[in-house]
Amino acid sequence: MAEIIVVTSGKGGVGKTTTSASLACGLARRGKRVAVIDFDVGLRNLDLIMGCERRVVFDFVNVIQGEASLKQALIRDKRIDSLHILAASQTRDKDALTKEGVEKVLNDLAADGFDHIICDSPAGIERGAHLAMYFADRAVVVVNPEVSSVRDSDRILGLLASKTRRAEQGTRVEEFLLLTRYSPKRVEAGEMLSIGDVEDVLGLKTIGVIPESPDVLNASNKGEPVALDPESLAGQAYIDAVARLLGEERPMRFTTVERKSFFSKIFGG
Amino acid sequence: MSLFDFLRPKKNTAHIAKERLRIIVAQERTHRGAPDYLPELQRELLALIKKYVHVDVDSVKVEMTKDGDHDVLDISVSLPEHSVSR
Repeated sequence: MAEIIVVTSGKGGVGKTTTSASLACGLARRGKRVAVIDFDVGLRNLDLIMGCERRVVFDFVNVIQGEASLKQALIRDKRIDSLHILAASQTRDKDALTKEGVEKVLNDLAADGFDHIICDSPAGIERGAHLAMYFADRAVVVVNPEVSSVRDSDRILGLLASKTRRAEQGTRVEEFLLLTRYSPKRVEAGEMLSIGDVEDVLGLKTIGVIPESPDVLNASNKGEPVALDPESLAGQAYIDAVARLLGEERPMRFTTVERKSFFSKIFGG
Repeated sequence: MSLFDFLRPKKNTAHIAKERLRIIVAQERTHRGAPDYLPELQRELLALIKKYVHVDVDSVKVEMTKDGDHDVLDISVSLPEHSVSR
């Protein structure tokens, strides 16, 4: 059984694509067969973050409209054999995605033996976002510790609870909170919502906390998802989140201010 | 950054953010899943009632609530004092 995970947020620019790419890489590194699909028709970017933008020949809409087979459109990752990317179309209008078309692609991927299908949702609450979440079993809601992101996420939670296949069948999409751009220092100074604050407001459990880090921009500059950088704290935080998605217990890291010792302050380190 | 900055009390803006969010999220959740026609219905009811009674804009409340298995359309109108005689 393939597990369908939507990565969503409502608000743009909070790290959905970065998170989709890193969760996909992390799961694939754990030996899972993973397909990651860009639902942002007209504004595709997952291909850039994954570093395969020059290898896109056919896209999601081509497959839905029968102009290419799924096999032709899936791009195999050059770093991890078990990871595949399905790019969004760059030119078509948003109505190119249909519920039946999306369902068929997801079913075909499941029949092909994929363990996880990650749906990278566009921002907003329009068609693309709706279809990205509709068939999901689980949802990773990406949130910045900031008022507009938290409020928009609550809207998304409302949609997950009403406008999804699971909701229509009387069950629930399993929802998780993933906080990005978290700064323990600012939280401690009372300038930023804490993990507990966001959990309280949204009523969600946290699957990962990604610290604010220059590594994330460096990773997207290179087209190497940050989860593949073992040196990076943000990358390690994503690897922890992947482990938790797989049901493992991991303590949260990088969520408190690290106190530097007297010597490291003087000598660096 | 002045030398005596540490003497000034720090503004805890995160606390303000949390309180604002708690209130707005709770308010928006009560409207969640409600039909799209509710605001329009509320406006029209208000206009109708105003023909007979002088009421404030916020005196008409239209909400969809759940009672067990079925939805209840809850309309409440608060009349001002001395509004009965006309």
